[in-house]
Amino acid sequence: MLARIQDLGAATLTAIGRIGRSSLFLGRLLAGLPLLVKRPGLVIQQLYVIGVLSLVIISVSGVFVGMVLALQGYYTLVDFGAEQSVGTLVALSLTRELGPVVTALLFGGRAGSALTAEIGLMKATDQLSSMEMMAVDPERRVVAPRLLAGFIAMPLLAAIFILLGVGGGYVVATSMLGIDGGAYWSQMQANVSFSDDIANGVIKSLTFGFVATWIAVFEGYDCKPTSEGVSRATTRTVVHTSLAVLGLDFLLTALMFD
Amino acid sequence: MQTSQRAIEIAVGLFVAAGAAALFALALYVSNLTAFAGGERYTVIGHFQNIGGLREGAPIDMAGVQIGRVEAIELDKQTFEARVELSISADYDNLPSDTSAKILTSGLLGEQYIGMEPGGSPTTLQDGDELMLTQSALILEELIGQFLYDKASGGDE
Amino acid sequence: MPSSQDNGVLVDVRDLRVARGGRPIFDGVDIQIRRGEVTAVMGPSGTGKTTLLRLIGGQLKPDSGQVVVEGQSVPALSRSRLFRLRRRMGMLFQSGALFTDLTCFENVAFPLREHSGLPERLIRHLVRLKLEAVGLRGAAGLYPAELSGGMARRVALARAIAMDPKLMFYDEPFSGQDPISMGTLVQLIRQLNDALGLTSVVVSHDVKEVATIADRIYMLADGRVVESGTPAELQRSQSAWVRQFMDALPDGPVPFHYPAVSLADDLLGEDSA
Repeated sequence: MLARIQDLGAATLTAIGRIGRSSLFLGRLLAGLPLLVKRPGLVIQQLYVIGVLSLVIISVSGVFVGMVLALQGYYTLVDFGAEQSVGTLVALSLTRELGPVVTALLFGGRAGSALTAEIGLMKATDQLSSMEMMAVDPERRVVAPRLLAGFIAMPLLAAIFILLGVGGGYVVATSMLGIDGGAYWSQMQANVSFSDDIANGVIKSLTFGFVATWIAVFEGYDCKPTSEGVSRATTRTVVHTSLAVLGLDFLLTALMFD
Repeated sequence: MQTSQRAIEIAVGLFVAAGAAALFALALYVSNLTAFAGGERYTVIGHFQNIGGLREGAPIDMAGVQIGRVEAIELDKQTFEARVELSISADYDNLPSDTSAKILTSGLLGEQYIGMEPGGSPTTLQDGDELMLTQSALILEELIGQFLYDKASGGDE
Repeated sequence: MPSSQDNGVLVDVRDLRVARGGRPIFDGVDIQIRRGEVTAVMGPSGTGKTTLLRLIGGQLKPDSGQVVVEGQSVPALSRSRLFRLRRRMGMLFQSGALFTDLTCFENVAFPLREHSGLPERLIRHLVRLKLEAVGLRGAAGLYPAELSGGMARRVALARAIAMDPKLMFYDEPFSGQDPISMGTLVQLIRQLNDALGLTSVVVSHDVKEVATIADRIYMLADGRVVESGTPAELQRSQSAWVRQFMDALPDGPVPFHYPAVSLADDLLGEDSA
């Protein structure tokens, strides 16, 4: 019994320690961000790895999610004679929820885990240490550009995801469900508000991008420098990113859409 | 092998451009930012006894064509009526001054919007003018109440 | 200013104490590294030889005791002062620690690009010269994964000397090398030290190789320096630690058996249980 309580205490202390370390880590990274103005090449390199290489999975998922939404929405709406609103349903679901959330989850699985593994391996093979001994701060040289790139890439990926989803929904609605293309767009435009729906979607994806990249780089930087440590950290990145994104999504939704 | 620096820069350029274009397209084609995002507008004021579920940003139609949007809604403290500011595109600056406004509903359960009907006056609406004729929203509960009352009083005869 | 400047001591470690997880790694270590010499730190595995290098390089902080490099106390330095000091240090890691996503050329160019602000043409020349010094100019375009272990270590050496450091650290430079690349590295360390006027610290447990290049050897065991002197002096030393290490005896002060209860008790205890 006492051992259980001790385990609980130890786990709590570990968790608090991690939160503290990751916050300090983030603070140092943010302090180093202005220096990146002089080195845009570093960020571009990471935008390629994080953004461009995630495009395929984001695009394909976007199209399919939009198509499924149109189908499912149609089957429900047709009972109420409101099948003309399928465009609204697809667009609102995507801009408010699925766009930012699914993009962030895919991002965690694709780019986040890769970031953790890359940084973890650099740590395990002494590359970060050797950088330090060359008087180069690995936090600023290696980690900060990745954080910034993730922050920039996420809203762009989410926008592409949403647009392709709306397009996928359009194809299904017009070709399979016989809904008029004009009605699809006009209903959507009448009911999707820029300031409420799209702007809030962008705010969400910015937040998720920030948190997902933060988790990924921290897990990599904080991992045990062994192959086992790196693989564990990679798993933790995916799990923690998913949990953080879904939890934050609820919080942001509650705050933004009153 | 590594991708060359040039190829990386081109790919990143394309990615950022595509992302920005997607955001832009969302704003323009998916949301109702389409019309009247910029451009000249003028504002007229309408007082309504009851606006029902009208929201700021709701479209303003004339003959089914969108000509503006609701800019602001507030309660007039003297008359206890709703004071609605209607922002209308300056393209339509020749509306007769006795144009009337109604609050309508798109479909049975749809959003509420303002429908304008032109009058016959030779003078035109100017910025800051007040609409003479307004018709409030149809409130379903009041309609049902009215209907039941009419039925009841009709049954007496 | 400590007086260590006068007698040519570049790195002065005094009464160093470090404990990890309650176990003392260093328990009062004194080491003086003289300018222009190759100093070797030897000892059995697990005696914290690598930790010593990290302490001198400022990557770790000691629990107590002082680490003075060029008259500056390393643990007390601010981050920026420490980084300025490190520009005059080079370190060859045991694994080489080359950046896997860069070519050999770019690896060697890395510290130059980060610090020197030299024009690209000059950097190209410098990198070729450094690679030539380790005999691998021909491998400039290869990635670290395409190199043998010995070659990777030489490229890492070229990278470590790219900024013309005053002080070079070698962490187990000979471990896991075939005899040819071992010989190459031994020669390189000595040549670079003398040609470039470096001060070198070699951490190793390869007795024969170290004896041929070191000017001075410190033997670490049990958390302290058990013997120091020139290779010849150590060969003559009667210390049990030194004899066991130099002659590769399986049993001695470093016991063959991990500490345990006596075998008889262990076996009997199991039977009675």
